[in-house]
Amino acid sequence: MTRALGISRLTFALAFALVALVLALPHLQAPMHWLFPEVERPVYERASFVELVASHLALVLASSAAATLVGVSAGIFATRQSGAEFAPLINAIAAIGQTFPPVAVLAISVPLLGYGGPPTLVALAVYAALPITENTIAGLTSVSRDAKDAAEGLGFSRLRLLADVELPLALPIILTGIRIAVIINIGTATIGSTIGALTLGSPIIEGLSASNPAYVLEGAAVVALLAILIDRLFEDGVHWARRRSGTLTSDAHAVA
Amino acid sequence: MIRNRVLLVLVLAALVAALTLAFLGFAPNRLVSGRAITLFEAANGAGLALIVPCGVMLAAGAFLPQSRALLLAVLAAALVLALFLPLIAGRAATGLVATATPIARASLAGGFWIMELSAVLAAGDALRRLEAGLAMKAAVAIGVAAVLVVAGLSGAFDQLSLAKEAANRREAFADAVERHGFLVTVSVLLALMIGVPLGILAQRRPRWHGLVFGSLDIVQTIPSIALFGLLIGPLAALSDAFPQLRQLGISGIGVAPAIIALVLYSLLPMARGAFAGLSSVPASVVETARGMGMTGGQILLRVEAPIAFPVLLSGLRIVTVQAIGLAVVAALIGAGGLGSFVFLGLGQRALDLMLLGAVPTIFMALGVDFIFQLLLGMARRTP
Repeated sequence: MTRALGISRLTFALAFALVALVLALPHLQAPMHWLFPEVERPVYERASFVELVASHLALVLASSAAATLVGVSAGIFATRQSGAEFAPLINAIAAIGQTFPPVAVLAISVPLLGYGGPPTLVALAVYAALPITENTIAGLTSVSRDAKDAAEGLGFSRLRLLADVELPLALPIILTGIRIAVIINIGTATIGSTIGALTLGSPIIEGLSASNPAYVLEGAAVVALLAILIDRLFEDGVHWARRRSGTLTSDAHAVA
Repeated sequence: MIRNRVLLVLVLAALVAALTLAFLGFAPNRLVSGRAITLFEAANGAGLALIVPCGVMLAAGAFLPQSRALLLAVLAAALVLALFLPLIAGRAATGLVATATPIARASLAGGFWIMELSAVLAAGDALRRLEAGLAMKAAVAIGVAAVLVVAGLSGAFDQLSLAKEAANRREAFADAVERHGFLVTVSVLLALMIGVPLGILAQRRPRWHGLVFGSLDIVQTIPSIALFGLLIGPLAALSDAFPQLRQLGISGIGVAPAIIALVLYSLLPMARGAFAGLSSVPASVVETARGMGMTGGQILLRVEAPIAFPVLLSGLRIVTVQAIGLAVVAALIGAGGLGSFVFLGLGQRALDLMLLGAVPTIFMALGVDFIFQLLLGMARRTP
């Protein structure tokens, strides 16, 4: 099932389907017209779908990268001796924050930051940092005492212990947190078009407000495929990380 | 000598917010952006006489030995701040609006929220250091909420822009809250009725495990607005083909596609909760029950269900909190609820209207989460 880099055939097939759909959409006037005879312009043309996918992905990638940086750092801090006192506070903020509806976070960012792409990016990054922080703490806490003792016995410095033992062993759980964050971000970025960000939600929102079901279908199909593809990429990544962490320790790790 | 660094960080955050950020925003009407009102402008002498000693107490709490008496004093000071900051804001809003035109608006600003959050987190930190049990934590949270609700009902916050907006749209607001609750309740109940059997199926027949969770995983991955949108076409076609369905309220937009999508999203956490709950039952317990001559149904209901209940309940918690958020998005396909204020407000650049939708959903989610945590705490204690 797996190929080079651990990317499965299913993932390749999904990627191919997405590229094909995005490239084919501008040429689908006739079939879309047949599907939606009452709609005058059945294919969204305000922006090309290539542009929408690129803008959507840029928003998701930038916010998720920032969230990963913040979340993993917060998680590392909370699991060090110097930061242990803050662990309950950080955990509480992560848990309470995730209770907030993502759309509500997006909406309340408007009075603070205004309309458009950059405020969407900040809102997405803040929200996404929460599950990543939580999972980094969970992952680093799950590293067995034995593994750490063994590394210490070998004379590992604290930094090497973290980089070569703890983080690789915690990677599957951290990746799971990043995956949750990215999937939420793809969905929230779609709604970001209601506050003026250019995303795959733009055709959906415009289609809904102008009663053009064709636009809704196009935007929804592309963004759904994109989300499923990225989820599969993470699935492959988690598998790879688990295999890798499995080689570092003999005892099996139960991963949530 | 610093003895509580968490408290020190919180005090510093609140102090910086008090000194540099607006406590309230005050605008002559809702079109112009507001003037910043600091805490020291907003609080009168009596207010400051209350806040400053509490702040000093919290600051001192970071440096003194963490005895039980000190922690109780810190808790008390944090709670007084958490209670009186909103009351001071409400009072200041009343004073500000009284001096201006009736359309003037005073709204809570970033400084207020940071100070309030710091006070709440400081109280939480003190409770944790006191090793407070679930009952004490719940009593404190309910107490604070009750005081603020009573104050709100007696008009303490009436002149804050959010309360004004709610009063202006009293009926629409009540309808939206009711519709939101309806969407969430119906979809969670349906998800319970469908998701639990799916979880049981996946646990009893390992063959089905991959299919059930694989397909539910895909659904969970699809962005909510896309799933809502994808349901419009098929449902519209269905109601065109069978006009009697339309009389039942089933059409491309509105409540029907919203509930279908909410249920689809809720199935994964629900089925996962049921599956994990049943999987947590030790095999030996089931064997013993079988040895006593119990049937499969009896084992499920009397033996496995009670053990699986807490895990199932935590699944239900995830589902309900998630549904409250997703129901906001459902407003985009005409299902109503608090999301209609959010998107109307965003579209018209009427931010108070948007907040009237967003803030209640946040409190709804926090409240439901709190209730489920209490139930979970109780369920775990009585196995």
